[in-house]
Amino acid sequence: MDGAMPHKTPMHRTWLRLPGWLRSILNNRKALAGILILTFFFIVALLAPWLSPTAPQRMLGRPHDPPSEKYLLGTTRQGQDVSAQMVYGAGGSLRVGFLTGTIVIAIAIAIGVTAGYVGGVTDEVLSLITNIFLTVGGLPLIIVVAALIEKPGPDTIILVLSITGWAWGARVLRSQTLALRNSEFVEAARVSGEPLWRIIAVEILPNMTSLVVSAWIGAVLYAILAQAALEFIGLGDPNSVTWGTILYWAQNNQALLTGAWWTFIPPGLAISAVGLALILINYGIDEITNPRLAKS
Amino acid sequence: MTTAVGKHPATKPDGDPSLLTKLLDGIYAIFKSRFLRRRFVFYLVAAFAAITLNFIIPRLMPGDPVQLLFARFQGLLDPRAFEAIKEQFGFVQGPLFEQYLLYLRSIVTLDFGPSIMGFPIPVSQVIASSLRWTLILAGIASVMSFLVGTFLGVLAAWRRGGRIDTILLPIASVVGAFPYFFVALLAVYILGFQLDIFPTSHAYDTAIRQDWSSPEFLWSVVYHMILPLFTIVITGTGGWMLGMRNNMIGVLSQDYIVMAEAKGLSDRRIMLLYAARNAVLPSLTAFGMSFGFVIAGLLLTEIVFSYPGMGYTFLLAVNARDYPVMQGIYLMITVTVLLANFIADMSYVLLDPRAR
Repeated sequence: MDGAMPHKTPMHRTWLRLPGWLRSILNNRKALAGILILTFFFIVALLAPWLSPTAPQRMLGRPHDPPSEKYLLGTTRQGQDVSAQMVYGAGGSLRVGFLTGTIVIAIAIAIGVTAGYVGGVTDEVLSLITNIFLTVGGLPLIIVVAALIEKPGPDTIILVLSITGWAWGARVLRSQTLALRNSEFVEAARVSGEPLWRIIAVEILPNMTSLVVSAWIGAVLYAILAQAALEFIGLGDPNSVTWGTILYWAQNNQALLTGAWWTFIPPGLAISAVGLALILINYGIDEITNPRLAKS
Repeated sequence: MTTAVGKHPATKPDGDPSLLTKLLDGIYAIFKSRFLRRRFVFYLVAAFAAITLNFIIPRLMPGDPVQLLFARFQGLLDPRAFEAIKEQFGFVQGPLFEQYLLYLRSIVTLDFGPSIMGFPIPVSQVIASSLRWTLILAGIASVMSFLVGTFLGVLAAWRRGGRIDTILLPIASVVGAFPYFFVALLAVYILGFQLDIFPTSHAYDTAIRQDWSSPEFLWSVVYHMILPLFTIVITGTGGWMLGMRNNMIGVLSQDYIVMAEAKGLSDRRIMLLYAARNAVLPSLTAFGMSFGFVIAGLLLTEIVFSYPGMGYTFLLAVNARDYPVMQGIYLMITVTVLLANFIADMSYVLLDPRAR
């Protein structure tokens, strides 16, 4: 589409391709919009102590005070400043999302690429486990596991979501590895006696960077939504400050009934915006790797 | 040959095999299909894995599982209930394997033991009443979002750069990024509480007697279903639309489409019978999987709507830490999702002769 894709570099020198890669991402409108939205939330999360000097849990105002000059987003039923909670909550939600996404993609690579490359019985067994997790995992399993843990904090949630969330990525990476396994440059590496880890890390992985990145982003999205869902139904630590727990308290304090929209619309919109940003980046990557999808 | 699509092909004159013959062929193919037999075995294994996970998870938790699971109920529960629940989960004296067999037997006989929150009502009874609502809602919602999204995706790809492609698709994708329960919260807040158009909770008007043959009751059920359905369909449509659009674009560049155009076939015929029929296959395999997501989303949507399905029951069970009910619901959902996957596989075999 926009000549930024270097087609002519030899397949196995992908490390050097990265700058061009980055350029084509930034040239794509969707991906750029997604990156800008994400950057905004990261900055908010990092600057939280400066942006909002008041502690998010302190009860300073009257209960359910509507937005005003003093409290930009009003107060909760407990009289806490919603804007302070939103700012501090950004860190909590993004941290769980990105850490989980990264662990998930590491497991997915380990299992998916091994299954695809080694093949045979190993593949059969790993694929079976992957497909089982794909069908019996998901939110219901997460809820059952989380309910056994007393007030799971963010780190416990990261652990639970990582164990249950890797299957989709593993499946995608496995089929791509299968496609790459028999290509000439992998064959050449094998014949020249490169060790297994090197073939996987240097020959195969760099050639599916876009797939790994989009699976990683998908995993981050999954984690952010699942964390919000868990906390929303009360399976998180209600004393931690994340967007999910703000929603939990809003629902618990009958915010819908009392019309305290400022307690549930900001966290909901924030989660949606981060979700949208991640989806936009993935659409962008889709268009870059498959130019036919972009506007003709 | 040039029968318009959309009319009943069964009524058309001889020549092509009638729809009925095709359907019978398809059903025959389903029974003969090696692919389906393999899938069926896989689903059995998956169901078995879910059941086993259910057994292992409480035992993997740090500390003594019995204590962990039941310490909360000590003193709150009738000692007999306590013993019954322990036994149900195989937490009896004896080796692990024996416990497992005992547990398997109770699962196979659908005996999930008594629920904690409604002791001594059995878990199966608690779940049975809520299963119905969730299945109706999930079934209609997933089929509707699939059909609407897929059809719009076909149109978007057919008229590239048209209004559906450039306006509707981005909007649907944006809404698709919203978490289900947030859309549900918005819908309840705006359409329920503020504008007062739709009911904000329950599956039917509790003032009416529950009688499935009375039109008044049925209307009340439909009326209460509109809002939850709406939230799931508008969040679920975008994904199907984009997927179908992208598949269609791939298919439309194939030689046989050019060939069909050269033969002078009608646009509608090319679009639906040549392009869409092939482009829909990847979506169809995703449909079974999506049913699981719809159910997961529904769990939360039901909570927002206080809709008496499995999600709401799940929440009640979570709040009461009613582990038997939670496990029962988990197993029921898993079996349902596996069944939906199998049905999707069957329709795949019907539509794609290569899978036969």
